[in-house]
Amino acid sequence: MTKAPMSNNKKLMIYLVCGCIGMFGFGFALVPLYNVMCKQLGINGHSSNLPEKYKRELVVDKSRNIRVEFVTQIHPGLPYDFGAITKEVTVHPGELAHAQFYAKNNSNHLIVSQAIPSISPGQGTLYFHKTECFCFTQQPLKPQTKADLPVVFFIDPALPKEIHTITLSYTLYDVTKAVLAVHPEVAKQIES
Amino acid sequence: MTTLNPEMSATINSTSHEHHHMPPRGMMRWLKTTNHKDIGTLYLWFSFIMFLIGGCMAMLIRVELFEPGKVILDPNLFNQMTTVHGLIMVFGAVMPAFTGLANWLIPLMIGAPDMALPRMNNWSFWILPFAFSILLSTLFMPGGGPNFGWTFYAPLSTHYSSDSTALFVFSIHIMGISSIMGAMNVIVTIFNLRAPGMKWMNLPLFVWTWLITAFLLIAVMPVLAGVVTMVLTDKFFGTSFFDAAGGGDPVMFQHIFWFFGHPEVYIMILPAFGIISSIIPAFSRKKLFGYSSMVYATVSIAVLSFIVWGHHMFTTGMPLFSELFFMYCTMIIAVPTGVKVFNWVATMWRGSLSFEPPMLFAIAFVILFTIGGFSGLMLAITPADFQYHNTYFVVAHFHYVLVTGAVFAIMAAAYYWLPKWTGHMYSFKLANWHFWCSVISVNVLFFPMHFLGLAGMPRRIPDYALQFANLNKIVSLGGFAFGLSQLLFFALVIKCIRGGESAPAKPWDGAEGLEWTLPSPPPYHSFTTPPEVE
Repeated sequence: MTKAPMSNNKKLMIYLVCGCIGMFGFGFALVPLYNVMCKQLGINGHSSNLPEKYKRELVVDKSRNIRVEFVTQIHPGLPYDFGAITKEVTVHPGELAHAQFYAKNNSNHLIVSQAIPSISPGQGTLYFHKTECFCFTQQPLKPQTKADLPVVFFIDPALPKEIHTITLSYTLYDVTKAVLAVHPEVAKQIES
Repeated sequence: MTTLNPEMSATINSTSHEHHHMPPRGMMRWLKTTNHKDIGTLYLWFSFIMFLIGGCMAMLIRVELFEPGKVILDPNLFNQMTTVHGLIMVFGAVMPAFTGLANWLIPLMIGAPDMALPRMNNWSFWILPFAFSILLSTLFMPGGGPNFGWTFYAPLSTHYSSDSTALFVFSIHIMGISSIMGAMNVIVTIFNLRAPGMKWMNLPLFVWTWLITAFLLIAVMPVLAGVVTMVLTDKFFGTSFFDAAGGGDPVMFQHIFWFFGHPEVYIMILPAFGIISSIIPAFSRKKLFGYSSMVYATVSIAVLSFIVWGHHMFTTGMPLFSELFFMYCTMIIAVPTGVKVFNWVATMWRGSLSFEPPMLFAIAFVILFTIGGFSGLMLAITPADFQYHNTYFVVAHFHYVLVTGAVFAIMAAAYYWLPKWTGHMYSFKLANWHFWCSVISVNVLFFPMHFLGLAGMPRRIPDYALQFANLNKIVSLGGFAFGLSQLLFFALVIKCIRGGESAPAKPWDGAEGLEWTLPSPPPYHSFTTPPEVE
């Protein structure tokens, strides 16, 4: 064997190894890429956790009725009752509506929870605006107490025509540990 | 100068002799070997052992499903069996078998003395037994092994899995590294070691399909490594790639996994296309119909495989636009695949056919793989997929393309090149028994699964409703028969290695390719001077 093919081998191997490392990186690059795309296109049902202002100039589209359903889930291991008092409402696009939820801490210690909203079908996400929501903040709840949790929302009249029903789902997560990590002083409240 | 020291010339002779002689004997020969034929043999045996282990798991699954209710397996153990059966068959049986065939055949087909990177070749094989020992050992650990399906969807693999998930992740890493090294070796060999005069469009199709497969492997195995790493850090190090509580998204897991997963299924079938494209012309005694269209079809299948992953996720609630996009792209793949099937049939058209065992398996491949392709087309139709999703119809589909597709092609390859590898002819009688038992039982095993799926039987559940009992019993009986039939193959291969009528250099009169210019078995070091190709 002459030496020429060896150096060719080396050159090709460098390209191939770079390709591998690049694709490994690409796998991780898919994470922000996915999040940006879903946010821009509003396709994965991730509803915003930030309040939006009701636009008074919106024309209420009385010709359309949109059924909005409310469902709740509790992250496994969280000793809570959590449910929707308002099971569903029918609204016209553009009008303000409100719904009521409740949560009850069944444990004997303070728990801080965070609700994460999700919209189905995903395409409705960009048109569903919450002006008030318990999901905007973390909710501390004392042992064996119950809280009423309100949501005020409106639907953009630009909502695609094929959507007649929107489901708003909340999943409640225990974030006590995460809160303690940032604000250790809360620990005293929990003990007391 | 003429009076050379006799001792010195003796040492020169002995060292140069050792280089050209037969390899050292015993265990160390296999551990330290860098010879492509030895490594190919190791890969093939390894894959056959894995095929039997994965097959035993399939037998347990079919015993459990023989009757409704619990038969022998706890639900958790049943889930571990389906998971590990899938992992073993995909990463332990089919992929190493193709790498083994590549090792044995590519240097012989392109007139190269060995693979381009023999030391790396040794590594890429010898890390595999470790990977699978780790994976199999998790089954005996407290909490059990992986039980979340071979697709390890989050949060099943992150939130609800046992602690052995860490070992599962490491074993996947090792398997990935092994296949990437194997793929690099194939690419470098094909690029740099072709015999002088062998142009790209003269390459045997097995070499072409493997080259394209190797590029697919390099493109997607690192993505698999990435996604298992994310599972590992989500489970053990507090990241939230797939955990909605921390701002992640479990559906994203599926996107990243199937970005790997769909090209992966072509990784398991493209080399099979190459094998069938070698065998059918040989036993039709005609040139392959449409060689260049075969090459282009393979390339376009490989390219399209990157933009169809969403068809595994139609029911995740993706937007209509994406559903249509993935549906149409998936259906477009039927075109190049159809070109291939057409070319194989056209090659047989008016050929002087004979039906030796490799040809029998190749014809069975064409027919049964096409059935698997058709059920794939049905699954590609988005609205229909909403019904078929996660049912036994899917199980029937991918077993048709992987068992009667990939595995039958590997069997065909073994029957085609076994005389070349061992130097002995095998028993045609035994091979025909193996073929007919396999081809009948495999259809008894998988065909009724279509009906079970259409009737709504979900996959990956250890129990089922009473109306599915009869078909499941038939399926299980087919499964036991198929499993036992493979022992015939094992016996045949052992018999063939031990002896038999010695094989000529070219045992099939219609066969073409450089490998048939070498004696059977080929010398330990072949093509040390490259052959001339006109």
